[in-house]
Amino acid sequence: MTSLDKSTDVATLGHGDAPLLEVDDLYVEFHTRDGIAKAINGVSFHLEAGETLAVLGESGSGKSVTAQAIMGILDMPPAVVPRGAVRYAGRDLLTMSPKERRKIRGPEISMIFQDALSALNPVFPVGWQIAEMFRVHKGMNRRDAQAEAIRLMERVQIPAAKDRVRSYPHQFSGGMRQRIMIAMAIALNPRILIADEPTTALDVTVQAQIMALLQEIQEESGMGLILITHDLGVVADVADRIAVMYAGRIVESADVLPLYADPAHPYTEGLLASIPQLEQKGKELYAIKGLPPSLLRMPDGCKFNPRCSRAQDICRTDDPELREVVPGRWSRCHFAEEVLGD
Amino acid sequence: MTDFSHHEPGASGAAAESGVPLGSLSTGPVEPDGGAAAPARSPGAEAWRELRRKPMFWISATVIFVFLLMAVWPSLFTDIGPRDAVLADRWAKPSAEHWFGRDLQGYDLYTRCIYGARASILVGLLTATLTALVGGFLGLIAGYMGGITDTLLSRLAEVFFAIPLLLGAIIFLFSFSQPNDGFFKTVMSIVLILVILGWPSVFRLMRSSVLQVKPNDYVQAARALGGSPLRIAFRHILPNAIGPVIVVSTINLGVYIASEAALSFLGIGLQDPTVSWGQMIDEGSEQIRNAPHTLLFPAGFLSAAVLGFIMLGDTIRDAFDPKSR
Amino acid sequence: MGKYIVRRLLQMIPVALGATFLIYAMVFSLPGDPTTGKCGERNCPPEFVAAFNEKYNLDDPLLVQYGKYMGNVLQGDLGEAQSGLPVSEELSERYVITFKLGGMALAIEAVIGILAGIVAGLRKGGFLDALVLVSTLFVISIPVFVIGNVSQLFFGIELGWFPVTVPFEPSLFDLFMPAMVLASASVAYLARLMRSSMAENLRSDYVRTANAKGLGPSRVVGVHTLRNSMIPVVTFLGYDFGALLGGAIITEGIFNIYGVGGYIFQGISDQDGIAVVSSVTVLVVIYLLMNLLADVLYGVLDPRISHD
Repeated sequence: MTSLDKSTDVATLGHGDAPLLEVDDLYVEFHTRDGIAKAINGVSFHLEAGETLAVLGESGSGKSVTAQAIMGILDMPPAVVPRGAVRYAGRDLLTMSPKERRKIRGPEISMIFQDALSALNPVFPVGWQIAEMFRVHKGMNRRDAQAEAIRLMERVQIPAAKDRVRSYPHQFSGGMRQRIMIAMAIALNPRILIADEPTTALDVTVQAQIMALLQEIQEESGMGLILITHDLGVVADVADRIAVMYAGRIVESADVLPLYADPAHPYTEGLLASIPQLEQKGKELYAIKGLPPSLLRMPDGCKFNPRCSRAQDICRTDDPELREVVPGRWSRCHFAEEVLGD
Repeated sequence: MTDFSHHEPGASGAAAESGVPLGSLSTGPVEPDGGAAAPARSPGAEAWRELRRKPMFWISATVIFVFLLMAVWPSLFTDIGPRDAVLADRWAKPSAEHWFGRDLQGYDLYTRCIYGARASILVGLLTATLTALVGGFLGLIAGYMGGITDTLLSRLAEVFFAIPLLLGAIIFLFSFSQPNDGFFKTVMSIVLILVILGWPSVFRLMRSSVLQVKPNDYVQAARALGGSPLRIAFRHILPNAIGPVIVVSTINLGVYIASEAALSFLGIGLQDPTVSWGQMIDEGSEQIRNAPHTLLFPAGFLSAAVLGFIMLGDTIRDAFDPKSR
Repeated sequence: MGKYIVRRLLQMIPVALGATFLIYAMVFSLPGDPTTGKCGERNCPPEFVAAFNEKYNLDDPLLVQYGKYMGNVLQGDLGEAQSGLPVSEELSERYVITFKLGGMALAIEAVIGILAGIVAGLRKGGFLDALVLVSTLFVISIPVFVIGNVSQLFFGIELGWFPVTVPFEPSLFDLFMPAMVLASASVAYLARLMRSSMAENLRSDYVRTANAKGLGPSRVVGVHTLRNSMIPVVTFLGYDFGALLGGAIITEGIFNIYGVGGYIFQGISDQDGIAVVSSVTVLVVIYLLMNLLADVLYGVLDPRISHD
């Protein structure tokens, strides 16, 4: 099916050479009263240790749902995963028992969220919440776990960590709270960190600090990082590869620099064109017309065709496959070559 | 009886939020994707669509309609007069001819239950309307004006709130009403004290809804455009803050019916020539051993009426609250 | 925290004064002769009326009367009832029973309400949820005096499980059925509150975080959801105790309990103004103190309130 790269071949080679994380043809649906919302429709990608994969997309493109499916924290019901696999070091997480999965979630794969204020429990001190990782997963006693929490708070550069370990989330600034989220996520040295819009809620200067911190931690620990964002600016500096999502599918995937230089999908093209640029000052800012399709009622043919300036008849009838246009460049567009050529 | 209005049954429902149709179906930030969802409708239309498909709504609306009809036109339901007594048949058990049996005086219990609706419905409707008007108006002013007006009104509301509803009503009615007052005067004094003690619950709700609506951009915009305070309050804030007030007033209507019955049960509300459920229950409770039906039938009518209004308020709230879907 | 309590205490004073003045005014200033019925069928002789008015400062303006009365109350003097006995003596005896009743009702309310709410909230939309929703709706709709009379009929008379009326010095068992009746509506409200609070918190971001941390379901619910869900519930319980005491007047009447409710009711029908005003004043003050306690507990449970 829509294999993004050679991962399917790799998987057959066995555990030893399996990628760190491999998402294979994943589908997620939400069964609602108004019908079935197809949030993710055949997403495949892989992640290696030390690598940063950016998943880029608008609201509703399915990028957060993908992350939650990998973590196994989707609410089921209403969510259903009708098919697909999420393999961590060769083992399919989706077929594991809940208990086995909890040993991976947190210690091996962890996640940070967009809004740290609501993602941290308001009624427990931040140190307690970090220490909980050690107490639950390592069976550490309260005092040792607290010491570990202070060490981690220092690691994420929270000033006066010793004094602040007993403070509550609402007593920190937004940037500091996100650092606490990060401290909690890296507590047990996970091999994969999923960051779901980690800087969206923050001021620009703080955004840069948080991204720098994430990068630093990644370099030090060699973990794989999945960075979910709608912000092209954040991605450029940090990511190795980019997967662009639209309507629950990957529409383009490539290394960062080639993708920025010359997109192979009209949607990516539109996203890049809508970034304000200094040399275009005075010209009208580009915006992709229309809205993403309803997950309940997808258009026929290419899901992007109603908004696409290049749409032809074939786009309204035939749904394109994700295909390798040139080596390392994957696009889900009938006219990928033309887009790439422009 | 427990002081219902102090529970503020509707307070947890707070202001109905504008729906984010897909956001509600997943754990967290499935992004609030307005575009990917069903076409937007106004909250009112959406709620009505929601209401129409709920059996609970139709059941409660029917129950309320029947009780309203009883209150306005009791002879539609029975040919017997409420004071047609057959003393020889007192405490007669329910039979095919007299469905509910007869009471202590030999009155037909079914007929009395029908005639009892009028007082209860009247007290309920009047009290709920007046508390909504008084509490709603003062709440709007307090929430909108803020500052010293808000502080004073809020303290005043707390003062009235601190007096338990039933206890306050008992004291008031004892001091104020005479046993030989007519139907209308007694009903009015019950309504008056229930409004005096009941308005703070609506006040609080209205005030907090206004405070929720006030910072919204469209209100700020109307201000920036120089709209008069009165116009802003009534045109922009009121329509968006009134939903929870209507819900709670509907629920409270049932509560006030129960309060009136409690007062009549205690012998200080509606008195003999007037037929009222509370007073029938009082009589029935004294004959509980040999004629339990004289207690159970009026109790059933009263509970059904209260249930009708509470259920209606509940379903309306659910329909307005996208989180509950 | 200390500052917060002091501020709330200070705010309470004008409210307490206002509420007790309202009650005082209703009892002593509205039409109706306070000496009615004191001298049998006839009207009282003028000397009696004069002495009566003198004793209760009834010739003073209302505010002055009230001021004098409150002055005495603050010194612990709740006045004398018509019988000539100090009100405080009678009240202290009766409040013990009413407190027992109210306390039991509160305990029943907390246990049943919270458990039912958790069960319903955990599986929102499930069978138990529907059961809790429907049964609480019915309990809320049936007025307490109906519940009281009907349970007296069934559990007392028909089944004989509980005493039909409560003896003069009741045991906890004697008070069990009345406490259940008194608590009934509150149980229903509390269960619904706990249910929606649980359901809301289960959907919250921090519960998702707790799941992402790999915590087991018992820890996610028991530690991360429960504590947050209890915040509105504990507040409600605090506010409700006062309401329960106020509502005891009907329950005590039905089960013939020798408590404050009966005293107030007796006082009203005897037109014993001092007895009524004093017992209700105590009730209002207790009610306000419980509200204060609820606010303090709120602060303890929710650090966002108490920690700056």
